[in-house]
Amino acid sequence: MSTRSANRKSSIPELVIRPEYEISDIAQAKTGDVARKLSLVERIWNINGVRKVVILLGLVSAWQAYTVGLDVEPLMLPSFLVSLTTLFNALFYGDLIYKVWFSVKVLLIGYSAGLALAAILILWATANRFGSDFIAMATAMFNPLPAIALLPLAMLWFGLGTPSLVFVLIHSVLWAVALSTHSGFENVSHTLRMIGRNYGLKGIFYVLKILFPAALPSILAGMKIGWAFAWRTLIGAELVFGASSGSGGLGWYIFESSQNIDTDGVFAGLFMVILFGIVVENVVFRNIEIRTVNRWGMQR
Amino acid sequence: MAKRNGSAAGIKPAADTTQPILNVDGVTLQYKTKEHLITATYRVGFDVYPADRFVLLGPSGCGKSTLLKGIAGYMKPVEGAIRLKGREISEPGPDRVMVFQEFDQLLPWKTVKQNIIFALHNGGKTDTAAEAEEIAMEYITKVKLTGFEDTFPHMLSGGMKQRVAIARGMAMEPDVLLMDEPFAALDALTRLQMQKELLQLWEDTHFTVLFVTHSIEEALIVGSRILVMSPHPGQVKAELNAHHLNHDNVGDKKFAKVQQHIHDMLFADRILEEDVQPGARG
Repeated sequence: MSTRSANRKSSIPELVIRPEYEISDIAQAKTGDVARKLSLVERIWNINGVRKVVILLGLVSAWQAYTVGLDVEPLMLPSFLVSLTTLFNALFYGDLIYKVWFSVKVLLIGYSAGLALAAILILWATANRFGSDFIAMATAMFNPLPAIALLPLAMLWFGLGTPSLVFVLIHSVLWAVALSTHSGFENVSHTLRMIGRNYGLKGIFYVLKILFPAALPSILAGMKIGWAFAWRTLIGAELVFGASSGSGGLGWYIFESSQNIDTDGVFAGLFMVILFGIVVENVVFRNIEIRTVNRWGMQR
Repeated sequence: MAKRNGSAAGIKPAADTTQPILNVDGVTLQYKTKEHLITATYRVGFDVYPADRFVLLGPSGCGKSTLLKGIAGYMKPVEGAIRLKGREISEPGPDRVMVFQEFDQLLPWKTVKQNIIFALHNGGKTDTAAEAEEIAMEYITKVKLTGFEDTFPHMLSGGMKQRVAIARGMAMEPDVLLMDEPFAALDALTRLQMQKELLQLWEDTHFTVLFVTHSIEEALIVGSRILVMSPHPGQVKAELNAHHLNHDNVGDKKFAKVQQHIHDMLFADRILEEDVQPGARG
């Protein structure tokens, strides 16, 4: 043991005392490039959109190659290009555009009604503890309940048609938005709350000027989830009974095409569902985020 | 600007300087955690006079931050009273502006200038947008942030954020500026710089400031009068003068003597404190 400690002692490095120095002409010192511009390829590859388009092209060409190369039965799986052509024809020569508009109209009515109800619930919850408990209870109960499961009830109460669709849409938006807004409000930092009260903010002004903007990242997240729920619910519900009012929506178009064994049409409808989803997610919500939470550094 | 400086300097002749602006009278503050009722301060009393740089100094757990929250109106004393200009404090208000340690005290969705205008507008300090804008720019210049007025807080360094918070607080021209360890989260060099700048700002208008810190050195540099507090529960141990000490004295005999004196005072019952309530904070 004594030899071990002796060994260790000999292996401990000694301090090396070196002469001091100072550099007086550091301002004139020449350094190399402080910042170097990235190469063109690097810059292009750094654009998010470019990388995403490359992925998309990869998927699409795999599809096209599979269907054409293996000569797949078009009634089962039409090739990508055929489906795309059908989509163009349906949009510009057929009535697909009206069907999309019909769906979007219903969606907007249901979505805004859901948001309005969520806002009322949230205001109630911030005003008193009973409201807060109610939101916690109601979201716990209704959030796991798929909106489409309420469709039979909705049809019983409101009949076939837009009111039933709006009812299930409200259900799919309301709880998601209420839940995320409520938890967003609860997570607003104590310091910000104290700052708000320090400058005399109370009641509705306190909610609008402190809680709402401070919780905006999670409110937007809730609105996105609510939107996705609503869009899926709507297409699903339309698949069930779009024909009722004579001019069904996008869901009905898909159902109709499949009944006519028009598989190209089914894909054209599905493309529309995806396209609309991408536009809202990547154009509408993305732009709101860029102008707000990203700009404020509250979310990357 | 001339008008505003006039009003700031006018505090002294208008208000009787022999009268305290803030009176803390036998204040006991308690708060609840999940399991305990904690007495943060026990019958603490002191007077703050206009133009004081009054420092609450003590180790963690002495209730100095809680006391500041009481003065700000976020907490009600269970006994005793806190009076500002003779009126008992009942709720938070823009006549006592808080500057916190946390960097998130700035509203992230507002630029530097908008943060100050937000305070002026909601605090009822200004009526017109032009007036608020003018005052905001004046204080941005004062804290040397010219050129950053349209920057959002997340683009600023910690020291710059604290400067904005101080500018926002000062722009309100409160009766007393409450600073809760405002420089504690800054690096040592920035902290030194900020202490100097705060003292320079004070030289301009002699505003009243209540400053919480746990650093003896900072207390001596920043403060004109120091309330030394002992922990668990927070009680007044001493009230000392430090108006004759600043950065230039750091390290000299006079400074070291007071520093040692306070150090001995605080550490006399240090061991006892560790035994009584580990982990409790004030």
